[in-house]
Amino acid sequence: MGLSIEDITYVYDSDTAMAVNALNHITTTIPDDQFIGLIGHTGSGKSTFVQMLNGLLAPTTGRILYNGEDIHGDGYDRKQLHANVGLVFQYPEHQLFEQDVITDVMFGPKNLGKNEEEARQAAEEALSRVGLSSEYYKSSPFDLSGGQKRRAAIAGVLAMHPKILILDEPTAGLDPRGRDEILNLIRKMKEEMKMTIVLVSHSMDDVANYVERIMVMNSGQIALDGTPNEVFAHVEELESMGLAAPQITYIMRHLKDLGMDVDTTPLTIEEAAKEILSALKGH
Amino acid sequence: MAQRSTIGQYYQTDSRIHRMDPRVKLIGTFVFIISLFVVNNYIGYVLSGVFLAILIANSRVPFRYIVRGLKAIVFLMLITVICNLFLTKGTPLVSFWKLTITYEGLDFACKMAIRLMFLIIGSSMMTLTTTPNQLTDAMESVFGPLKVFHVPVHEISMMMSIALRFIPILTEETDKIEKAQIARGADFESRNLMKRIRSMVPLLVPLFISAFRRANDLAMAMEARCYHGGEGRTKMKPLKYRKEDVASYIILAAYFVLCILIRILGSRVDLVRFL
Amino acid sequence: MGIAKMIQTLHLTHDYEVQDEEGNITDRVRAIDDVSLDVVRGSFIAVLGHNGSGKSTLAKHLNALLYPTEGQVLVDGMDTLDDSQLWNIRQEAGMVFQNPDNQIIGQVVEEDVGFGPENLGVPTDEIWNRVNEALEAVEMTAFRKKSPNRLSGGQKQRVSIAGVIAMRPKCIILDEPTAMLDPSGRAEVIRTARKLNENEGITIILITHYMEEAIYADHIFVMDRGKVAMQGTPREVFSRVDEMKALHLDVPQVTLLAHELRQKGLDIPEGILTGEELGLALTGQKEALAAAMKQGKITSWDFR
Repeated sequence: MGLSIEDITYVYDSDTAMAVNALNHITTTIPDDQFIGLIGHTGSGKSTFVQMLNGLLAPTTGRILYNGEDIHGDGYDRKQLHANVGLVFQYPEHQLFEQDVITDVMFGPKNLGKNEEEARQAAEEALSRVGLSSEYYKSSPFDLSGGQKRRAAIAGVLAMHPKILILDEPTAGLDPRGRDEILNLIRKMKEEMKMTIVLVSHSMDDVANYVERIMVMNSGQIALDGTPNEVFAHVEELESMGLAAPQITYIMRHLKDLGMDVDTTPLTIEEAAKEILSALKGH
Repeated sequence: MAQRSTIGQYYQTDSRIHRMDPRVKLIGTFVFIISLFVVNNYIGYVLSGVFLAILIANSRVPFRYIVRGLKAIVFLMLITVICNLFLTKGTPLVSFWKLTITYEGLDFACKMAIRLMFLIIGSSMMTLTTTPNQLTDAMESVFGPLKVFHVPVHEISMMMSIALRFIPILTEETDKIEKAQIARGADFESRNLMKRIRSMVPLLVPLFISAFRRANDLAMAMEARCYHGGEGRTKMKPLKYRKEDVASYIILAAYFVLCILIRILGSRVDLVRFL
Repeated sequence: MGIAKMIQTLHLTHDYEVQDEEGNITDRVRAIDDVSLDVVRGSFIAVLGHNGSGKSTLAKHLNALLYPTEGQVLVDGMDTLDDSQLWNIRQEAGMVFQNPDNQIIGQVVEEDVGFGPENLGVPTDEIWNRVNEALEAVEMTAFRKKSPNRLSGGQKQRVSIAGVIAMRPKCIILDEPTAMLDPSGRAEVIRTARKLNENEGITIILITHYMEEAIYADHIFVMDRGKVAMQGTPREVFSRVDEMKALHLDVPQVTLLAHELRQKGLDIPEGILTGEELGLALTGQKEALAAAMKQGKITSWDFR
């Protein structure tokens, strides 16, 4: 069933004259087993929106249902919601605190009331999913490399067995190699665990090849929502929001403008090359 | 959510007091506090009160804003007053049950309440009209002579201003870490005290690590910008006394002399006994 | 100052010491391994490399924040090991760091910009002139009275750059200045750096792992495992697609696409950097393409 968001609004500092509408009447659904990219520039409301999805912030008006239940209803178990809808913040490695990696990853499951044995099992499974083998279990999280730290931090949320996993700019500050590793890891997790992933990013190039649905946020609203191809067809609108289509889209559009008979939908180099070759053969 | 207390929080506006050299305000605050202990009769308090009222009127800080700041210390004031009221020995005035209010007790409690109130209002007048930055500058300058005794005055004031710059950054960071740990099921609202203390670990460890990392970065950035202590440094905004500041010092001195006079002369005149 | 080389490293080697809990040195890690490179005065240099390649360690040597284990670093002819020149070196070669929050000292923008000149002992009036000019150069004059905490990431980095400019440097080293910024912040910082290079003739050394920032450079050094693995103009470097991929570095998508098409048998030269060039290649306009590709420096690029 997943999450259904019904006409939510969020106002910062609502009791003062400085009130800011961070979210403006958003209605949408986030179903099970879907790979979603959430795009928007800084200040578009996307951070507020994702904190709303796992109950860290409550909407000013409107409601959010998880599997049909209002997550801000009386007696709703919000701790369990944090587990079902996992949220990995930007620079998650800054939240590592335990003496060794395995204990840090066990923090989440233990908070959910799991005993030592169950928590360890969950942690080991999560660590193997993110590619950290048992030789790292006893290392201090602070001795890991940058990319490993980030993976350990993601495992910390993964160990709570989320059905929906939201990652807020998981590639921020990483170099190209680290970025590709994390993105491939996320794709693998999606395929193996059949969960819903919401990937928050500034960069179309990062998400274009990976996700099946793109939501574009702008001034607290969802401005565009659809498959990558549907969204990238609105290049001018994206640009007016301070965003851009992937580089490949621009290249293909340029070739089309030059009179070549190419389609502008390819999102990978291979697809684009194939498209160009078939257009050239057609002549 | 942090409680919003106005006690001493800078109030932005343009006034004679705001424009005053921060050293005048710093020294003035000290003198005013001392004057409250010099004065020991009600005529003197009337003088201090008038002085304070003129100050407030000239600062353009709304009176209501100042009073709101006082709320935080009402409790403290009440305790002081009650203690003094009942525990001072002397000529009995009223007595009931086991408690006796003496004439001296009443006198002492009134004076104490006035003193405390003036003290708080007086010192918050400084912070209300002076930015933290100006204040550190003033401290560096006023306490400058202490360098002779190897007190690291420049370093202390540099530390204060850096602390002031990083408080909002670390506050925001605390909020972020707290949310991230809540997302991992952490419970910061347990009723159990031990649990609650232990729940601070996931918050404090990352916060300390981050603070150390920032300190490290900042030290390097300062070095890269040729910082090498206070020696040979010039100032972009050096403190300079203007005519108004000199006049303020004269008024301040006059006020203080008057306080001393009132103490000497007024010791024989006691208002309450008149009444 | 007739030296054409702004910065020169001669067989520069740097070892980090690994200490155990008692402070004994247990191991040495070589971060920079025998690097000799020259930076021409007035040029825009990019140093590309992934994390751990030694590029940030290199940057800290150019400002005398680190000293060579072996070899020598000369900044405008001054040896960084010469203590008497320390403050001259740091004044001439300014440095901007990665985290915008951790390098702003002042509580007000203009006071932060004045921090460097204050340290140099510049007279008050002159500090004000320099602060005004520096804020103007990074287009932050309108924000001079603001608290740095109220600025966006890109604006904070521009304040940091202004803080360096106010020291009147001949060279600015930017150590991953955009790693923590969003795309619009990144664009602001790079635009500012290019402007300073073109208008003021300040030598820029940009350390980055974003290839789209290196594309504007006159010369690129690619670092890997403490050594200079590749160097040349952007076109020379990016045309070596397979080597760049092996180093886990990005190449413009259009270069990758051209490379792919070339491997599929199309007659396309290596080193295509823009969509226009690919268009010319595919429509068979060989002369126009050759002319476009002769241009050494890329001034406008259709990457967004």
